[in-house]
Amino acid sequence: MHFSNWQEFLAMGGYAPFVWSAFALTLIILGIVLVTPVLRRRQLLRQLQRLERLREQENTQ
Amino acid sequence: MSQTAASTRRRKRFKLPLWMYKLASPAYFDRLVGRIIPWLLIPGLVLLGIGLVWGLAFAPADYQQGDSFRIIYVHVPTAALSMGIYMAMAITAGIGLIWRIRLAALVSRNCAPIGAACTFLALATGALWGKPMWGTWWVWDARLTSELILLFLYLGYMALHEAFEDPEIGSRAAAILALVGVINIPIIHYSVEWWHTLHQGATIFKLDKPSIAPSMLWPLLVMLLAFALLSAANVLMRTRNNVLERRLQPDDDE
Repeated sequence: MHFSNWQEFLAMGGYAPFVWSAFALTLIILGIVLVTPVLRRRQLLRQLQRLERLREQENTQ
Repeated sequence: MSQTAASTRRRKRFKLPLWMYKLASPAYFDRLVGRIIPWLLIPGLVLLGIGLVWGLAFAPADYQQGDSFRIIYVHVPTAALSMGIYMAMAITAGIGLIWRIRLAALVSRNCAPIGAACTFLALATGALWGKPMWGTWWVWDARLTSELILLFLYLGYMALHEAFEDPEIGSRAAAILALVGVINIPIIHYSVEWWHTLHQGATIFKLDKPSIAPSMLWPLLVMLLAFALLSAANVLMRTRNNVLERRLQPDDDE
């Protein structure tokens, strides 16, 4: 461990605004890009389910 | 007979390996990719966690830059991948363009969002590092400018896909832009050697031994691997969605 306590860790040797915003920005943007296809896949699977249900209904009628 | 043999040989020479054609089958691709994604995503997330803690809390501070140097752990992986993903995007675009493999064109297109995100982050984290170290957020020097051009190439590549009514033409136009834009990649890499620039020279991606202490290098390599794995998973997840989208369009001719 490089830092001896939490305050020191959060202060980042006086560079806190720069270091923390660089890491926060990276995690936010990476998170958005990574989560987008997961949500899209869920949406697509729901649509596909609905489509299949419709087809089944048509077949039974 | 010798004529047929010659013509088959000629045809064979321009063929890609069989597994690449097998990949072009949507059902085979979906099954294969579904199995590969967890092997990229889970180690990627674990390594990201390890790399963040290691880089932020355990790596020693730089003797000149203090703790501001820790920005390296997000700056270098995003910068390296902004170029690496571009190369993957251009190569798959080329394969899609020349051999008309739609799946290659799709993979190429899905490289763009994560590639553009990495380029933007390389620029943004670079600015956040530049302000305390150089005293300025931005300078129009060779490294920064060529990286900014890379961002415009990604944005142009994405915009071209949408610019035509026929998506096939859009995909081909974008592929040509991606291939022409490859010229920018060596320019970015060598910019710090070819021109006088405020940006420091290479410390890791060079032929000699990396000029960075191992205690600082290891977390960087962990972060680089994490970003690479997550990027690959992202491209495959997006492509898998495209395959699913096609199943929702029963009128399509394929």
